Amino acid sequence: MNKIEKIALVGNPNSGKSSVFNQLTGLNQQVGNYPGITVDKKSGTLKLPDGKKISVLDLPGTYSLYPRSEDERVVFDLLTDPSNPDFPDLVIVVVDSTNLERNLLLFTQIYDLHIPCVLVLNMIDMAAKNGIAIDNAILSDAFSGTPVISVNARKGEGISELKQLLSAYQIPASHPAFIATPVAQMASPADDAAQVAETKERYLKIRTLLPLVVKTKPQVSLNRKITSRLDQLVVHPIAGYAIFLAILFLIFQAIYSLAEIPMNLIDEVFLVLSQWCKDVLPAGVLTDLLAEGIVPGLGGVVIFVPQITLLFLFIVLLEETGYMARVVFIMDKIMRPFGLNGKSVVPLISGVACAIPAIMATRNIDHWKDRLITIMVTPLMSCSARLPVYTLLIALVVPDQRIGGIMNVKGLVLLGLYLVGVLAALTAAVVFRYIVKSERKSFLVLELPHYKMPRWKNVWITLWEKIRLFVWEAGKVIMAISIILWVLASYGPGYRVRKAVEAVPVPVETDAVAMETYERQVNTARLENSWIGLLGKGIEPVIAPLGYDWKIGIALITSFAAREVFVGSMATIYSVGEDFEEDASLIDRMRSEQNPRTGKAVYTLASGISLMLFYAFAMQCMSTMAIVYRETKSWKWPLIQMAFMTILAYIAAFIAYQLLS
Amino acid sequence: MITQRLDKYRINQMAEISTVVQNSLTAKLTDMGLFSGKKIRVLFRAPLGDPIAVDVEGYILSLRLDEAAMIQVTPVE
Repeated sequence: MNKIEKIALVGNPNSGKSSVFNQLTGLNQQVGNYPGITVDKKSGTLKLPDGKKISVLDLPGTYSLYPRSEDERVVFDLLTDPSNPDFPDLVIVVVDSTNLERNLLLFTQIYDLHIPCVLVLNMIDMAAKNGIAIDNAILSDAFSGTPVISVNARKGEGISELKQLLSAYQIPASHPAFIATPVAQMASPADDAAQVAETKERYLKIRTLLPLVVKTKPQVSLNRKITSRLDQLVVHPIAGYAIFLAILFLIFQAIYSLAEIPMNLIDEVFLVLSQWCKDVLPAGVLTDLLAEGIVPGLGGVVIFVPQITLLFLFIVLLEETGYMARVVFIMDKIMRPFGLNGKSVVPLISGVACAIPAIMATRNIDHWKDRLITIMVTPLMSCSARLPVYTLLIALVVPDQRIGGIMNVKGLVLLGLYLVGVLAALTAAVVFRYIVKSERKSFLVLELPHYKMPRWKNVWITLWEKIRLFVWEAGKVIMAISIILWVLASYGPGYRVRKAVEAVPVPVETDAVAMETYERQVNTARLENSWIGLLGKGIEPVIAPLGYDWKIGIALITSFAAREVFVGSMATIYSVGEDFEEDASLIDRMRSEQNPRTGKAVYTLASGISLMLFYAFAMQCMSTMAIVYRETKSWKWPLIQMAFMTILAYIAAFIAYQLLS
Repeated sequence: MITQRLDKYRINQMAEISTVVQNSLTAKLTDMGLFSGKKIRVLFRAPLGDPIAVDVEGYILSLRLDEAAMIQVTPVE
């Protein structure tokens, strides 16, 4: 009887386990949660040639059954607990054939748990190129007839044989253990010394076994030669950093030039869709909710997809080729004084484009404290959504002067804001280093894989997974907040909004210009008298020391969801168009704005710099909060993050305004 | 026999691990195949001297200096 219904995939990192998983399940994959922890549960469905469906669980990569990180703990907890509903009927152990000794350690541990298993020798082509020939029959015999099968998952070779084997699989009779230590006495995860003794015993036995199984010829593959040549360059004190900078430059160039086109398109489509809803559906509250709340909210989610896709494409490519591990290698020492490690570098730098994919990229930081600190400080990096806010304010308050004939002051201010972001992120990391508690010391015992061509199937599946994760998981939170903000911006107490709108004089002439002006005035009246308008006025005493009036207060609240909304809100508040680069009316209007009590201009160098610093530090991005919630699986961290960033923003803006005014 | 700490060891010189200091990281190092008797070779250092990359019988492992300092090695001719 074939009673195999649940399979688990286990293997070392870099053993090509995900390739095997992707080959077995294709796009029939789901990402779920393990209860109580932040590790993602990847599962899928495998269709056997006979039509039978088997569920496949892709467990986190690990070198040993004994866990050294939260991810690895999942493997130990599942495989040592037969009462767990996910406990597999069969374990497929994927090993890297070019490094059988180290990879077999995990296999012998699982074998000694007496869970039925199949040994998959992956990258068999690479082994052959390195002069390694493995005798599958002898290897199988050494483990009481455990099926051993050679595959090249990258090309899909051997996968159909593996499926055949699974169809015909019969659970074998019990077998003697590989090492003398009986499984019942396996070391507890806390007993380090016993683990070391056991692991050594396993390795020594594997080392006596391997000469019988493996024939090696002294031969070095072209790939290994290329790897050692490339490494000389990539870790070179000058060339190494130059290459890294060049790659970063390329990535950002691509993101800024390529993402803008689909982003503008998405913007247009959702504007049209919103207008279409208004035109087609009967006027009323539900139509307004749909046209002004839900559709723009959805647009606010989808607009991030191009950036996330592009940035993740590059991150996955860096990982797939093996270059990412070298970045970690050359940057680790530089990051350590800040409480971060080399693995934090790429997420942090990605934050300059967008914090959302950057935070999603912290997954491969296996030390929880280092990962949490990276997540907490990444939103301080100056992301692309801050740019429209900076550009408007710089155009408004910074004089068009040159220092020494070359350096433009406006450009310097912008550069300064980017530097301030980096500085704030690193300083915050140092502070968090002392606040966040950690049981384990951070370590960097990291494998530097040989360089490889990317496996495109893995690349596309990873991209698809990340986009789906963002749109569905973060999308829910973003939609909820957008709808709440829309309600607050559209309604006020009693008939306040309606009265204010009715008070706007209806134009006598009905030409396009007059109607547009009228519509803008209506929007201004509506926003000013809505709950958000009242809230903006209510917080005026709090933000007055920063140099802001209640109108800025309104914009701060509406842009709580997304920073770039600031520009649109300013346009609504002053009843002008928001395209300030084409049409100067927004800047002219803001420039002439005076404080009714003092009669002085509202937007001065002092209040402008103060406002820019506020946007440099404040969270003001619900998409980031949603993704931090998703990645830390609790509201605790996104709330702490928002609190510390807002306080930092307030203090910085306060000091700047008081010093400059 | 003269033993040396791996963090101070010369680049590209074969070495055999004699002992690994016992602390909380030993289990991880053993998992990665670093135990007495294993033949290793320092391949290169990061630009700032830390971490280092070590060849462990066919695969490349990076270790911080304080991690490498736990490993005592003897030269292999």
